[in-house]
Amino acid sequence: MRSSTVLRWMLAALGVVFALSVVQELARPETTDLVSSGTAESTLRRAVPILLAGLGGIWAERAGVVNIGLEGMMVLGTWFGAWGALEFGPWWGLVIGIAGGATGGLLHAVATVNFGVDHIISGVAVNLIAPALTRFLSGEVFVNRPGGGLTQSPRVESVGSLDVPFLAGGDLFGWTTPDLFGWITDRGWFLASDVAAVLGGITRSISWATLLALILVPASVFILWRTAFGLRVRASGEHPVAADSLGVSVYRMKFAAVVVSGGLAGFGGAFIAIEQTGIYRENQVQGRGFIGLATVIFGNWQPVGAFLGSLLFGFADALQLRDRTAVHALLLLVGVALAALTVRALLRKQTRLALMLTASSVAVLWWYAVTEEVVSELPPITPHVATLLVLVFAAGRLRPPASVGLPYRRGQE
Amino acid sequence: MNLRRLLLALAAPVGAFAFSVGLSSLVLLAVGTSPMEAWTEMLSYGTRLETFVETGNRATQLYLAGVAVAIGFRMNLFNIGVEGQYVLAALLAASAGAAVDLPPVLHVALIMAVAMAVGSAFAGVSGYLKVARGVHEVISTIMLNAVALAAVGFLLRTWLLDDTDATLNMKTPEIPPSGHFPKINGLVETFTREIGRGRELWGFLLVAVVVGVLFHVFLNRTRAGYDLRATGLNPFAAEAAGVDPSATVVRAMLLSGAVAGLIGLPEILGDAHKYDLGFTRGLGFAGIAVALVGRNHPGGVAVAAVFFGWLDSAAPILDVVGDTPREIVSILQGVVVLSAVVAYEVVNRVRRAAEARDAASAARQPVAEAAPAGAEEDS
Repeated sequence: MRSSTVLRWMLAALGVVFALSVVQELARPETTDLVSSGTAESTLRRAVPILLAGLGGIWAERAGVVNIGLEGMMVLGTWFGAWGALEFGPWWGLVIGIAGGATGGLLHAVATVNFGVDHIISGVAVNLIAPALTRFLSGEVFVNRPGGGLTQSPRVESVGSLDVPFLAGGDLFGWTTPDLFGWITDRGWFLASDVAAVLGGITRSISWATLLALILVPASVFILWRTAFGLRVRASGEHPVAADSLGVSVYRMKFAAVVVSGGLAGFGGAFIAIEQTGIYRENQVQGRGFIGLATVIFGNWQPVGAFLGSLLFGFADALQLRDRTAVHALLLLVGVALAALTVRALLRKQTRLALMLTASSVAVLWWYAVTEEVVSELPPITPHVATLLVLVFAAGRLRPPASVGLPYRRGQE
Repeated sequence: MNLRRLLLALAAPVGAFAFSVGLSSLVLLAVGTSPMEAWTEMLSYGTRLETFVETGNRATQLYLAGVAVAIGFRMNLFNIGVEGQYVLAALLAASAGAAVDLPPVLHVALIMAVAMAVGSAFAGVSGYLKVARGVHEVISTIMLNAVALAAVGFLLRTWLLDDTDATLNMKTPEIPPSGHFPKINGLVETFTREIGRGRELWGFLLVAVVVGVLFHVFLNRTRAGYDLRATGLNPFAAEAAGVDPSATVVRAMLLSGAVAGLIGLPEILGDAHKYDLGFTRGLGFAGIAVALVGRNHPGGVAVAAVFFGWLDSAAPILDVVGDTPREIVSILQGVVVLSAVVAYEVVNRVRRAAEARDAASAARQPVAEAAPAGAEEDS
């Protein structure tokens, strides 16, 4: 990435924190959790499984295979992750969880690539089989263990975490370094302390698994866009016939990409079981595979886009759990943001858009004014609604792989 | 020729079934229980009258779900949102039924109309988004599923809650007796002994049969059904022949949603008479399985619904006798779905290859026979 791009992203992130700080000041004392290290930490932790599912979706769809089996593959990841962690320790849990998800991916790959079954149908079948299999396996394995049962495992250990030295007061060769972000946070300076709190939240007790997941974003970008293998994978998703004519083994590329996709989803599932909850529980994936699918679209089939989407949805998730009033304060921000967009639309002389934006802005601000709390069912569906809105209003800017979802038979157009 | 087609058509489901039973048996062997014992136990429990009654009730719901999904599938339209549509429809219909007092038949008709309208409207959103904004229906129905289930949670907690109930059970008010659907135990008992153990066969079974017949008539005897099938087989040819693709999409979605609205009613009208937390969820996804195994054909879906319904009803015995976990049945169902779709695909290829061969040899025939032109006159 060029340094100007990095700078632009940093400015954008700073802008978001600034906006949240302002809203927090305005909404005081209603909420103090909009920008805090706790919220930042929780956001990151909740974003990781969504991010991994999103990356899984991108890998499969870049190769032209729709993967709505992500949900089932994550379910496999939760079970095998917890089982592996119990048997061999948390690191092996992650590995076995990834393998479990990849097995689901393998099933999807065999059905869609080798047998030419419709992608949606195969994905639905994977989603049907996965919970049945895990329930069966729980009955065989977890029932006889203390704390385990038909629907849950005994508690499992996590892989451990790290405090970044100097920034968040981590240890370095046995010496406790100063906690820079913590120090600034305690000063109570406007903006600076808030920025430090957020940075502190994401550098203090950060799980090794989270780090690994974050590395997978640039790794996916690099593999898919900077290597010959990635080019072939993407060519198989854009125009398989052309790729085939150039000697690319389209079947093998699609197969590999779908198995990787399953592995990523399995990692996401294992992360939920091992890192997020410390236990396997039935239905704990709760549609995150579908939310991952949403981030694929939201992020325009780009890993960085999916990452931003997962942060947004993780934020909604974290706020909902930590502080319901903070969600309410957020309405103020949304209302103001819509008003700002109205001004922009007016400057660009998009009258119809401006009218719509004004109406929504007024509606949201009115909603903020007359209610005390946001209906608790609402934050969990923000990913779904946001994705629908993107598809309805910004579909023209999306660029999915050209032949995604289409069955491919070698030698047939 | 016809025999071959019949054999090919039967080969896929039978093969898939045999493969699934074989695989599940292997799984059972792997965990150290006897598959033979489990299957015989299920067969002997499953052939009792009471289990058949259970099967009938379960199959009624599965069939409606399967038809709802199949309507879309027939034109390659995936209504993954049946799940959200039927739960929301059941909640609103149960509330509407409790809010009014009407003469018996009218009351049930109103509840059914509300359920169908809600399911239809909700599915219609996806249809509209597809034709007006180009949003793929798989994505919109998945996303709207979450919206529907969130709406159900909110409505049941607030506006539609029966707060006269002291037990803190989250439920809607009871539907008065005029809005109950009669049982049809008597109909069965004219042929058999009396049904025991308090099992009751829901009369909604007859509605499901009517829906199946209407589905068949719609597909094969109406213009709209023809348009739908034509679009499914070849959208470009259909459009060239004057079928309006947008109207067909919206119509299919509305119809699919209307049938989806009915899925929850057998239970609500026949048994619970209210919507509460015990309401059966997951039938929308089961419906996808049933539609796939039944090949979206009115009769095929019925066979699949009865089969899946029977498996669901006979499975509980495994928890009582022997040491086979009943979850093996869910695995069996899942494997049936995947192996069935793979088998249909394989059979399709075999058939296409055979047709291509036949066509090729038919094309060669005249050339071969034209050569000895004089000899032809004898025959």
